Amino acid sequence: MAPEEIANILKDKFSDKITGSGFETAHPHVFVEAKAWPEVARFMKDDPQLRMNLLRSITSVDMLEDDELIAVYDLCACRPGDRETEMWEFDEFCVKVKVPRNNPHIPSVADVWSAADWHEREAYDLMGIVFDDHPDSVLGPEGRHPRRILCPDDWEGYPLRKDYRFPMEYHGIPAVTEYEQTRPVH
Amino acid sequence: MSWIENRFEEGLIVTSLDWAINWGRRSSIWPMTFGLACCAIEMMAFGASRFDIDRFRAGAFRASPRQADLMIVAGTVTFKMASRVKRLYNQMPEPKYVMAMGACTVGGGPYFKQGYHVVKGVDLVVPVDIYVPGCPPRPETLMEGLMRLQDKIKNQTLARDRWLNAKDEALDTAATTV
Repeated sequence: MAPEEIANILKDKFSDKITGSGFETAHPHVFVEAKAWPEVARFMKDDPQLRMNLLRSITSVDMLEDDELIAVYDLCACRPGDRETEMWEFDEFCVKVKVPRNNPHIPSVADVWSAADWHEREAYDLMGIVFDDHPDSVLGPEGRHPRRILCPDDWEGYPLRKDYRFPMEYHGIPAVTEYEQTRPVH
Repeated sequence: MSWIENRFEEGLIVTSLDWAINWGRRSSIWPMTFGLACCAIEMMAFGASRFDIDRFRAGAFRASPRQADLMIVAGTVTFKMASRVKRLYNQMPEPKYVMAMGACTVGGGPYFKQGYHVVKGVDLVVPVDIYVPGCPPRPETLMEGLMRLQDKIKNQTLARDRWLNAKDEALDTAATTV
């Protein structure tokens, strides 16, 4: 199925929740409103035409100039195809969810695709996107958020954000030994 | 040496206590089974038959720090791992030695500038005896490091025990990291 057809199915069903689309790129996608995303995700998985049964990855992008974060969900519908050739068929599609940078909240889709569990934890850990109602949440000072997956639990900040400042020390271990912070200041 | 020759039974060996103890220590270095990243692959190659760490009497990789003499810190030490490295070091019985293997443990290596999570040298966490540079070091380099460590042990003396005074400090740091 062509990406335009997939997008048309989504637009018919959720006309007001789809905020944009792009098909001229190598990565055809639609933008979905953050609050409606679990509903759209459930539809995309269960709909007999789409059947997006595989979440390949969640990428998070820091758009510092636009003051927003984008979560990129790479979806894939893989099903056994022609019985003669025994080739699998793959339909690939991509959904992007934009959130404001100062308050990034996206509802979790870990109950739709269980692969989202660790991906969302990583996206929170490194980029600070808070996935609400994540099955592995902990209570932080600013409400519940997914548990960190790579950094220690008491780590401060989100390391892959573009305005991240390196820690000067961690539990008494100096982190920057000779040079001052070497990243450019935005 | 005629005053001592032929005056004792056969089988008597005369030596200095320092020499005998250092010989024992350097001839039975038991490393800890402890690898953090890609350097551990080279360490395993050194342990296997082609390079054969057993020729240096250091082949008994122990799975417990309580039985080990040498900690080869093989790989990138992250801040999350640093407290564990320190705890393992504190669990080792004395005499204990630390070898920093690879660029990351020597001084941060490729993560020196842009690695937000990497300790810039494991000597910020535990005292290091031998630095083995390389990314990763070839087994020959590790071999050289092990021989230099044996040289270092050879020159120790019981009159100056380096662990005796360091003990309190080590225990203090153990208390703060746990």
